[in-house]
Amino acid sequence: MLRYIKHNLTGIEDVAIYPIFSLLIFFIFFFVVIAFVVRMKKPEIDMLSAIPFDDAVEEETKHNLD
Amino acid sequence: MEVQKFSYDNTIVRNFAYATVIWGIIGMLVGLTAALQLAFPEFFNEYLGFSFLSFGRIRPLHTNAVIFAFVGNGIFMGVYYSLQRLLKTRMWSDKLSNINFWGWQFIIVCAVLTLPFGITTSKEYAELEWWIDILIAVMWVVWGLNMFMTILNRRVKHMYVAIWFYIATFVTVAILHIFNSFELPVSFFKSYSWYAGVQDALVQWWYGHNAVAFFLTTPYLGLMYYFVPKAANRPVYSYRLSIIHFWALIFLYIWAGPHHLLYTSLPDWAQSLGVVFSVMLIAPSWGGMLNGLLTLRGAWDRVRDDVMLKFMVVALTCYGMATFEGPLLSLKMVNTLSHFTDWTVAHVHVGGLGWNGMLTFGMLYWLFPRLFRVKLYSKKMANQHFWIATLGIILYAVPMYIAGFVQGLMWQEFNADGTLANPEFLKTVTALEPYYILRSLGGLLFITGTVMMFYNLIKTAKSGNFLANEEAEAPNMRDANVKETGKHFWHRAIEKKPARFMIVSLIVVAIGGLVEIIPTMIVDSNVPTIASVKPYTPLELEGRDLYVKEGCYNCHSQMIRPLRFETARYGEYSKSGEFVYDHPFQWGSKRTGPDLAREGGKRNNSWHYDHMIRPKDISPGSIMPAYSWMAENDLDLSYLPAKIRAMQTLGVPYEEGYDKLATEDAIKQAREIATDIVNNFPEEVTKNLDINAKIEEMKSKEIIALIAYLQRLGVDIKGEAKEADTSNETEEN
Repeated sequence: MLRYIKHNLTGIEDVAIYPIFSLLIFFIFFFVVIAFVVRMKKPEIDMLSAIPFDDAVEEETKHNLD
Repeated sequence: MEVQKFSYDNTIVRNFAYATVIWGIIGMLVGLTAALQLAFPEFFNEYLGFSFLSFGRIRPLHTNAVIFAFVGNGIFMGVYYSLQRLLKTRMWSDKLSNINFWGWQFIIVCAVLTLPFGITTSKEYAELEWWIDILIAVMWVVWGLNMFMTILNRRVKHMYVAIWFYIATFVTVAILHIFNSFELPVSFFKSYSWYAGVQDALVQWWYGHNAVAFFLTTPYLGLMYYFVPKAANRPVYSYRLSIIHFWALIFLYIWAGPHHLLYTSLPDWAQSLGVVFSVMLIAPSWGGMLNGLLTLRGAWDRVRDDVMLKFMVVALTCYGMATFEGPLLSLKMVNTLSHFTDWTVAHVHVGGLGWNGMLTFGMLYWLFPRLFRVKLYSKKMANQHFWIATLGIILYAVPMYIAGFVQGLMWQEFNADGTLANPEFLKTVTALEPYYILRSLGGLLFITGTVMMFYNLIKTAKSGNFLANEEAEAPNMRDANVKETGKHFWHRAIEKKPARFMIVSLIVVAIGGLVEIIPTMIVDSNVPTIASVKPYTPLELEGRDLYVKEGCYNCHSQMIRPLRFETARYGEYSKSGEFVYDHPFQWGSKRTGPDLAREGGKRNNSWHYDHMIRPKDISPGSIMPAYSWMAENDLDLSYLPAKIRAMQTLGVPYEEGYDKLATEDAIKQAREIATDIVNNFPEEVTKNLDINAKIEEMKSKEIIALIAYLQRLGVDIKGEAKEADTSNETEEN
């Protein structure tokens, strides 16, 4: 399988374009993530970050420990 | 909405917790032994000179044990605890959980039973042989399947950030492990890497770097996002930051592997790419660290009283230090000094002891009282552990940093007349002795703390009452159509769909992976083949396998960088074309001993023979183990034909049918070397000796094959220089 791929890729010219292309993909993806993260609403954030604490049973046992 | 009753499986968490502590102590003890061998080599040679205890064999055992046994079990412990609670459901299958547990322990036992006996592939942090690699892949999939099915059966709508890290860990480690483990088995205990030379090095360090990233970092970041808020009893500082942290980290990490190969024979553009991404990595790494530390905002007073928080703060601080240092070390200027020295050892131990160790300890102290529903047996002892461990880290890291600087600078030092100030390599090793002693002390302290913790946890467990199935209840909100206010955020659409999430993270990781892997596939056209470089003779091939078996690569590199202080010491710098028949590559990553890339022909056979058996007699002050058993053990040539055929399959141009002639050739070459050595024996030895019988006896010993290999190193290119007196690299396309 590897040889098959190898054979095909050997012919590619300017293979160095790959990193530049991927870098572009990343930066676009990264800025899209930042843009949307910045636009997130406070209630959503609070809801998501509270997920680990939504645990009534554990809170009860915790009282016994402290 | 109807509230459903269910229970969490605590048994699996407890089992992994015990395994974490027990393997942790074992792995650290092996590390301490290795450290003591460097500090007190004479004692070990004199009293503990067993082959299975030699440095080259147990150093891989140490790294594998702490990475896959200590941290590995720690990952499973934390994931099995937090995943159930974050998803409000029991693990999908108790049976798979148990298979995961016992299967993983079995793999570790296999490692303990193979590595000390020289059964190794010699690829760092991936030394285990082919069939253990398959077992690892199976167990990893068992864990992944169980995790993924649990996620699908969850009772909550959203996947908390910790779970994204778990998913990325699963996906990426699977890819890394499979690609790096392509090997061709020759027998049950021996295989050859599918890749050769530069290709093998690139794949190996793509794996090696990302084993650090996706085994030691991402799962622990996931655990940090769960356990730090839980221990501090407040939500993570910025959930927004955690989203950016996650995506940036998994994207960038996968690119940075080539920074392990700066100034080597790797194509230049790949090196530069590695450096750029390594420097960029500092942003998400520090984003994550700050997010963890700032979670404690307003709760710093609790850090004083709460020992778990103390462990976590030190863990995060060490993470910050290690991830600042990582990019620094990837700069070519710094790397010139640091590479092959103890600086790297210091760096990984700040990460290993500080980040992984301290976070694991924090989790364990937090979990045991909850699993056993009782207060921690002794808070005071836990506090003592904290201070001992912290002191241990400092006492380990600081001497190793100094050792790294000292040795690196000594290598580089030139006299005014342009000659090396320290032409004798040994001088740069003996100078490190005090640091090696201090480092052992640091390790000893760290282990002492861990043993105290073990005692504390056992006492806690004994005084408590284990809760195997923790009752819980929750409504099933997974598919609930709850009206949400505000605009829907696209990222939440992926968070709600685990399969989609897995695919997106796979793509993100794959981009970087492909860019590094594609060039390795086409690397044939990037590696100028050197006409004078020929395949190893059968005896040299056997010698090379012994070099791998004894773990020589743990202390000796075979890679001369194109730097003046390196070429002045070792000779012509290494060319990528020299390694085309090296399955696997043996470039190494640390020089406790000198580079061997041009060792061939530098010294005679007798020197090597004596030096291997009694290094200290030949090089006073040497810290190399005495390999006396190699002069006693018979060389096993029974697999030689199969080895030659394997090499032919891998593309090494032995003539058709050579496998049948190989054994004869090997014996012939062995007799020549043995004759040379015996003829050089001093007269008082030979006068009462049956010389022919001695030659016949000696020629069948392992040491002869090893000498054949050592005498071959770098010779091909020297021959070429004589013939043409120019760099004769020709491209064969």
